[in-house]
Amino acid sequence: MKRREFLQKSAIVIVGTAVVKAAPAVGANGQWSGLRKLSPAQAQTLLVMARQIYPHPKLDDACYVSTIEELDAQAAVSPQTARLIIDGVAQLQNSTGGKFDRLSPEQQTAALEAIQSTAFFQKVRSTEVVSLYNNHQVWKQFDYRGASYPFGGYLHHGFNDLKWLPNPPDSASPRG
Amino acid sequence: MAQYDHSDDSVIVIVGSGAGGGTLANSLCRHGLKVVLLEAGSRYSPATFRNDEWFAFNQLAWLDKRTASGSWRVARDFPNLPAWICKTVGGTTVHWAGASLRLEDYEFKTKTHYSGVGGANLLDWPLTLQELQPYYSMAEDRMGVTRTNDIPGLPGNNNFKVMYNGATRVGYQTVHTGRMAINPQPRSGRAGCMQLGFCFQGCKSGAKWSTLYTEIPQAEATGRLDLRPQSMALQVRHDRNGKATGVLYVEQSGQQIFQKARIVCLAGNSIETPRLLLNSASSMFPHGLANSSGQVGRNYMRHTTGSVYAIFKQPVHMYRGTVMAGIILDEARLDPGRGFVGGFEMETISLGLPFMASFLNPGAWGRDYTRQLEQYSNMAGMWIVGEDMPQESNRVTLNHAVKDQWGLPVANVHYDDHPNDIAMRNYAYKRGAAVYEAAGAVKTIEVPPYPSTHNLGTCRMSAKPGDGVCNKWGQTHDVRNLFISDGSQFTTSGGENPTLTIVTLALRQADRIASECAKRNL
Repeated sequence: MKRREFLQKSAIVIVGTAVVKAAPAVGANGQWSGLRKLSPAQAQTLLVMARQIYPHPKLDDACYVSTIEELDAQAAVSPQTARLIIDGVAQLQNSTGGKFDRLSPEQQTAALEAIQSTAFFQKVRSTEVVSLYNNHQVWKQFDYRGASYPFGGYLHHGFNDLKWLPNPPDSASPRG
Repeated sequence: MAQYDHSDDSVIVIVGSGAGGGTLANSLCRHGLKVVLLEAGSRYSPATFRNDEWFAFNQLAWLDKRTASGSWRVARDFPNLPAWICKTVGGTTVHWAGASLRLEDYEFKTKTHYSGVGGANLLDWPLTLQELQPYYSMAEDRMGVTRTNDIPGLPGNNNFKVMYNGATRVGYQTVHTGRMAINPQPRSGRAGCMQLGFCFQGCKSGAKWSTLYTEIPQAEATGRLDLRPQSMALQVRHDRNGKATGVLYVEQSGQQIFQKARIVCLAGNSIETPRLLLNSASSMFPHGLANSSGQVGRNYMRHTTGSVYAIFKQPVHMYRGTVMAGIILDEARLDPGRGFVGGFEMETISLGLPFMASFLNPGAWGRDYTRQLEQYSNMAGMWIVGEDMPQESNRVTLNHAVKDQWGLPVANVHYDDHPNDIAMRNYAYKRGAAVYEAAGAVKTIEVPPYPSTHNLGTCRMSAKPGDGVCNKWGQTHDVRNLFISDGSQFTTSGGENPTLTIVTLALRQADRIASECAKRNL
């Protein structure tokens, strides 16, 4: 499955250094496509939720979409997971008068704190903590380069390039 | 490679191909003995490893279900992952970081030295450091440990620079890039370290010692090793005289096979080894094989651990280069004046961003947490590893309510910290934070223990049969042709990373088995 199938509007798919508002625009529901099990409205609520669980103002929505993609894929193959997610979204909306997506970030966080011990919340959080931080676009923002074998390791690419402290003596750290 | 018949009762069957089993297999083959090596996992190679934390975790980790209980936080955060160890040819030597330290003399005599510690099931080892020294030397040479055998230390990375500066500023004296089974330069058929930063994910350069590409191919080259991957041991069987007759195992297809054996050696790690003995209960051994002492599965130790991460104003990029890039050894000593017995080391550690997000504070979420993660590139990190107390109630048992894919009860791992463990951890957290503050940290973060990689003590050595499961050779007190060949045999945990000692014990056990076979005692 391609992540980009999820969002038709390329403006939202732009990744990298662009700074996007923490809360997606109201009425973004129609932009979801390619969902296998979840409705666009459910996907949208999950996206808003994902942004509040691991909020990074500098990351755009596309970085969070992989989490929704993963949840949707799991819901498509497991009726149990589908029920957990769909019921969870419904309860979250019920608890906020159907306005969760449009609450302030503080109110959204409070609504999530109220459900943080539920299986639904833990499902979303545990899925997100893997999918969000395993995203190479996110790595760029965090200055994490990841795999080094393809370019010969960090041996000649900065493994000991720290300059703001003195170098240890050879007896402690041979120059190699 | 040899292929032995299932009815060949002249073979030695070893269960598990990691530090203990892989080393033992090679040594026995070199002694001219025939070995069948059963490994539950698949065979990979440096070519099929990936510098990718989650991919590698799914490729290499033991993910068959286990359960956890007790007051340790791992039971809450990772209820089905009490241990982070491997299911693959090479076992956890594929994943380990390479730190290779000998145990200290006093650590073999804890009952003697740690008097007054209540609630601990302390016991002196039935052997001494002196007896082990020649085998430690052999192990260091085979593994290519830096700062031994004229092998220089590794060059330190940025993470070590931070540790070194902070450590020396607070007065620590013994701080260097460690004794590591990682080649600085090519040696003994292994390449030199490329500072990949993915020691835990299987070393793609092969610079780090692992039985996967050292002991096991060497054993295969003798023509005496029959390695059987994807072969999960289910039960050790015995005859009416109480002698082990072989191992029942299951292939990936579900086909069950009974391999006859002259001798059986268990090296399935300190969780699977006792589980196998408990699952081998019979009318003659109703509480599990080799368990007349009732000690099988008890005294489970996992080292007193924890991590300290620190955030600096300027970049560190700790993930570049060897994961355990350096060590502070000053606290590895017996000094009850600190408020606890036993010693500990501080060793650099780093996690990539994907694992850092999962482990910096498991379960945490929200903006306060993500602000810390946003400082990832300015973080340095260290891991605390120290001796934990053996307790009878810390225990691997069979969880009859949960079955694995073969229908056998899974292992439950129960652990409660001993007050000594807590005192050591809290002291070590403070010392680690002091090191980083001396280097200019703006914030330090105490990180709880990860799922256990050092699993020890569940079939411990003892002089008296009533106190433990095996004797000083790893030979079980109850079944003379059954041996314990992994970290399960540790009487107490010591404060050092255990792999070097596991290899050392395996080399020594191999000589013992060979000589006993030659004398027809086995």
